[in-house]
Amino acid sequence: MALLQALGAPLPEHRIANIFKPLATPAQSEYHIALLVLAITGAIFVVVAGLIVYTIWRFRRKPGDDAKQEPPQVYGSNQIEVAWTVIPILIVFVLIGVSARVIASVENASPPPGMLKVTLIGHQWWWEVRYPDYGIVTANEIHVPSSTATYLELQSADVIHSFWVPQLAGKTDLIPNRTNYAWIDPREPGIYLGNCAEYCGTQHANMLLRVVAQAPDDFKRWTIEQQKPASGNAAFQSLSCVSCHTVKGTPAVGKFGPDLTHLMSRQTLAAGAITNTPENLRQWVKDPQAAKPGSLMPSLQLTDQELGQVVSYLESLQ
Amino acid sequence: MASIDYPLDRTHRTQREFSFSETLYRWVATVDHKRLGLMYIVTALIFLVIAGLMASVMRLQLAFPNSHVVGPDTFNRLFTMHGTTMVFLVGMPFVAGLSNYLVPLMIGARDMAFPRLNAFGFWIFLFGGLLLYFSYIGGGGLSGHGSAPDVGWFAYAPLTAKAFSRGASTDFWILGILVAGIGSVASALNVIVTTVSMRCPGMTLTRMPMFVWVMLVDSWLIIIAIPPLTAAQIMLLIDRFLGGNFFNTQAGGSAVLWQHFFWIFGHPEVYILIFPAFAILSEVIPIFSRKPIFGRPAMVGAVVAIGFISLGVWAHHMFAVGMTSWSNTFFAASSMLVGIPTGIKIFNWTATMYGGKLRLDTPMLFCCGFLLQFLVAGLTGIMLAVAPFDWQLHDSYFVVGHFHFTLIGGLVFGLFAGIYYWFPKATGKMLCDKLGRWHFWLFVIGFETTFVPMHFLGILGMPRRIYTYAPDRGWDFWNLVSSLGVIVQAAAIALFIWNVIDSLRSGEKAGDDPWDGWTLEWATSSPPPEYNFEKLPVVRSSRPLWDLKHPHDPDWKFEQ
Amino acid sequence: MAQAQTFKGDALTLEQGWHMPDRGTVGIAFLIITETVLFTIFVVAYLVYIGKSLSGPMPKDVLDLPILATICLLSSSITIVLAEHALKKGHLGSFKLWWIATIALGLEFLGATGVEWHKLIYKEHLTIRTNLFGTTYYSLVGLHASHVIVGMAFLLLVMAVTLAGFPIHTQFRRVRFLSWYWHFVDAVWVVVFTVVYVVGR
Repeated sequence: MALLQALGAPLPEHRIANIFKPLATPAQSEYHIALLVLAITGAIFVVVAGLIVYTIWRFRRKPGDDAKQEPPQVYGSNQIEVAWTVIPILIVFVLIGVSARVIASVENASPPPGMLKVTLIGHQWWWEVRYPDYGIVTANEIHVPSSTATYLELQSADVIHSFWVPQLAGKTDLIPNRTNYAWIDPREPGIYLGNCAEYCGTQHANMLLRVVAQAPDDFKRWTIEQQKPASGNAAFQSLSCVSCHTVKGTPAVGKFGPDLTHLMSRQTLAAGAITNTPENLRQWVKDPQAAKPGSLMPSLQLTDQELGQVVSYLESLQ
Repeated sequence: MASIDYPLDRTHRTQREFSFSETLYRWVATVDHKRLGLMYIVTALIFLVIAGLMASVMRLQLAFPNSHVVGPDTFNRLFTMHGTTMVFLVGMPFVAGLSNYLVPLMIGARDMAFPRLNAFGFWIFLFGGLLLYFSYIGGGGLSGHGSAPDVGWFAYAPLTAKAFSRGASTDFWILGILVAGIGSVASALNVIVTTVSMRCPGMTLTRMPMFVWVMLVDSWLIIIAIPPLTAAQIMLLIDRFLGGNFFNTQAGGSAVLWQHFFWIFGHPEVYILIFPAFAILSEVIPIFSRKPIFGRPAMVGAVVAIGFISLGVWAHHMFAVGMTSWSNTFFAASSMLVGIPTGIKIFNWTATMYGGKLRLDTPMLFCCGFLLQFLVAGLTGIMLAVAPFDWQLHDSYFVVGHFHFTLIGGLVFGLFAGIYYWFPKATGKMLCDKLGRWHFWLFVIGFETTFVPMHFLGILGMPRRIYTYAPDRGWDFWNLVSSLGVIVQAAAIALFIWNVIDSLRSGEKAGDDPWDGWTLEWATSSPPPEYNFEKLPVVRSSRPLWDLKHPHDPDWKFEQ
Repeated sequence: MAQAQTFKGDALTLEQGWHMPDRGTVGIAFLIITETVLFTIFVVAYLVYIGKSLSGPMPKDVLDLPILATICLLSSSITIVLAEHALKKGHLGSFKLWWIATIALGLEFLGATGVEWHKLIYKEHLTIRTNLFGTTYYSLVGLHASHVIVGMAFLLLVMAVTLAGFPIHTQFRRVRFLSWYWHFVDAVWVVVFTVVYVVGR
């Protein structure tokens, strides 16, 4: 595939997004506090559930029991009740203290100068990815250099979405009329999968996200490739594709749908709904509703000839 | 010498046969709290089955990746209607139904404070529910869009704006719930006034049964928590119909404001929903352990504390919204604090059982199920309260697992305990205990099979509210397991329904006091006469029937 | 409201000091509590959006202090208390007089609100959809006005049946509950006035 060719070394794809296998600092601190909480709650469960089960077992009525005889009527015990109030309070205070520390470390981290800035804008049902320092606009894949931090500015063009790439960081919402911030620092090169994590309408399920962490040199090469404009095409320009899509360097400057300038550099189409193969691409352009019903891209009812022209043009957008 | 008399109405008056239209009128026009209570409960059970069927379809769709059982729009409507129905048309009527039926009986009163308001509350709740379901037919709107609402049960802005939710489906959600909410407030008001003003002589607040205490605090929560929802819904209506800008981000409005208002309602709401289970457990466990509730004052204090604290935790649903670290820390702290009185209740229930003589009949089995499952739910709740952990778990299947553990593993199990316990009182017939046990065990197995795997799915990165998923994300196996559990749960519910029908027809006769109870509802016939008690009782302790049955060892010698 | 001390377990009759709070009193108290929460949310929305409108007329440009309307509404709380006292003492004539005064003052308030809104809509072009100020203003003031209207409807009902000869003194309790509701509506106005016309401008 075009992506792998451009990158040279194949990138491992982390398709299983296990939050207990963190591969970046925010996810890591969240993982550590998770372990602490699991340990504490696990211990509480063993003790309390054990007591409950023991109680049921030990005091159940047995066949020989005298049904008329009531057991001793105990109304309470101040000491015991104080104890089991104080101990949980202490546990809770420990958890509050630890939480406060981790919350601050993740949220209040300010971007060091020179850190890569990416603006992520949520749409129904795709991600717009902008690199203001490079003048790059792409979609659905966030390329970042590995082992340094990337600072994300999160915005939305329509409804609330949520950025969640489990192995890299916890969630942060993308809310219209508001800018939120998140940061990630993938330790190793690889492709990390994520999903939109706030219900945003019909195709919320198919709003996948990929963070492609590349070794610094590979990342540099990628930015240079992405900055190149593409050349135009008569068929594409004459059809209504241009009302929604941008292809940098051509008169197509539509803003409603994803930027297609380097479409072939992406692993998937339609925000992860289908893989980026020639057959899938053709099917997608012919009838988007079949692959992603409810998506806002209409079927343009192209003739076979028009379809062929558009698809071969798109295939040239490396 | 004994000045406390318990009027036991043993006269079996021969009733003449009522014609169908007379019977219909007697139910439709009733203001009797017992009939209205039963109407609430039966309606809630019907909606439970409907919403359960919706869930079954969803689980069928999710059993396999890239499935086509239903399309995205249908699925999105299913989870919206499932959640909305379960919360507002199953949970809330159970609150109203149980308190309306039992509170007057337990405090020795003849009816609720405002019987006609009671009837109004029921019918307006029913109307609201029907209005919501009418959306399936009437939600067409101008451009033929939509049918049932598909915005999720918490209907976040701006997805609910006219621009993103065309047609009338969202309006049916708003109006149906708004109207039903008015019914809830009316019912809660009634419970408060009844409890404050109509207790029988000698029943000071401290001598009220635990059930009544819990439902009193529950009613307080309702009258404080429902208005924020009503207000937010009115604002949304103004936005949608009058072009208002409350949640219009284009005009500078805030989408997060809806979340604040909704969750200021929404979090207390989940406590409103679980309280009936707490109330039921506090009655059933002592009777089936043959011991008084352990630490009554602490139990009452814990319920009041939960009521108060629950009003201050709402933004733990919003940890991902980008609030300041101060706000996140505050809400994490308060959310963990609310776990303390809740934990205390579990300890006290267990201590009630400890040293007792446990009769493991069906009501008690369901209580035991509650204790273990609600413990798990509470602990996953603590995990979610720890904000940094929540940043991973929020809006994932972990949360879905958590709240189904609280609501099914907790609330529904508690409700079944209550139904098996009070069915004899309401109908005069016992439910079959053997069938009850089958019901219990099948339900436990099915419930655990469906909902335990959801925690794993959340950990593996599966978000909520998706109609399908790609294979090889690691989600296939647990989704299939989860879906298989539905079959077992459905069998359990079917058994329960059969048990009810069969027992109504030919169940064993219950008598006034089949369980050897200690509260006043067992001091009258089963079912009680319309006027509840021939003479209003006079009490001296919180266990009036214990005092009567044990004149040499009455409670009032020991209680403060 | 006698508590544990009175009951020693001796022969006890219902008449011997078991007093529970009056149902109607408790009912109206909690109704007022629940309505207070409803108003609070609208007040919070108003406060949150102060100064946040992106365009359009701003409060200080178009709002005049509704002094007369406020005096009328708050005075109606006084007149309704006077009406209550008259009714308690059985002075039906005074009762009718003060009751009519209450209604008149309430109507003045509603009329003044109507005039203000007319000016805002047609002269200042401020509608509920204009901007955040318009939305929150009309919602909050409108919610309050709707409660005044409901109160007014009940006041008129009492007026009508009294004039028709119904022995209103037998319903003194209910008249009192209505007057409490009316006081509540006035108290809400004090808050709305402060938030909208003082703080918000």
